[in-house]
Amino acid sequence: MADPMKIRAAMSGDKVEVKVLMSHEMETGQRKDSKGAVIPAHFIQNVTATHNGKVVLTAEWGPAVAKNPFLSFKFSGGKPGDKVSVSWVDNKGDKRTDEATVS
Amino acid sequence: MNEDRRKVLKSTGGMAVMGLALSAGLFKPGSAWAQTWNKDAFATKDTAATVKALGGTTAAESKDIVITSPDIAENGAVVPFTISSTLPKTESIALLVEKNPNVLAANFNIPAGTDPGVTTRVKMGQTSNVTALVKADGKFYYTTKEVKVTLGGCGG
Repeated sequence: MADPMKIRAAMSGDKVEVKVLMSHEMETGQRKDSKGAVIPAHFIQNVTATHNGKVVLTAEWGPAVAKNPFLSFKFSGGKPGDKVSVSWVDNKGDKRTDEATVS
Repeated sequence: MNEDRRKVLKSTGGMAVMGLALSAGLFKPGSAWAQTWNKDAFATKDTAATVKALGGTTAAESKDIVITSPDIAENGAVVPFTISSTLPKTESIALLVEKNPNVLAANFNIPAGTDPGVTTRVKMGQTSNVTALVKADGKFYYTTKEVKVTLGGCGG
């Protein structure tokens, strides 16, 4: 199981600003190990963010997204105390969901 | 600069595509929230092909899309990008790095109520044009910016 994400959701004016830092190696499948064998690709493919159960952002990622991916976006209609949840699935089927409260 | 590594990057490009196809096959779509991952779009080698793979025909240049990033990235492994669009009815925002082995780095879907702007960090193998591709009201628009990389992010 992957390490937890760090999620911060805070009011920015009348919008909620969400910042997510995921813990993932994001291996591209381009690199080789010391024996010359290709290190298999291992990267997050799908990301979904929801606010009180409603989807506020989805993303498809390729292996070019940097290691330990960072993501930030804003949405309207939130208020302090609301729940923001972020989930990802990688190309090996591993998944992780974490939640934060809007402050 | 390490010239050998450049060659390694080029020669492994083809194998990487195979690896990508393999790994995509391993991805289990039967998971609880089965989402699609556009395998064809992520295998494209140039911007025009990416537009087609994402369901468009052509893309028009637009000044309503803004790419915020460093002009010179010291470390290609982590290059921060903010892309924002003021086009009405922005539906999705994609980030393309022209000289990476596969150009498409990420594609964000923006539902109504979410600001048409995202910040993320990507890898860049070398100095390249970076294109933000925005789908708004069913049409594709793009803007391009060159980002210089002093240390590549794909070699390791």
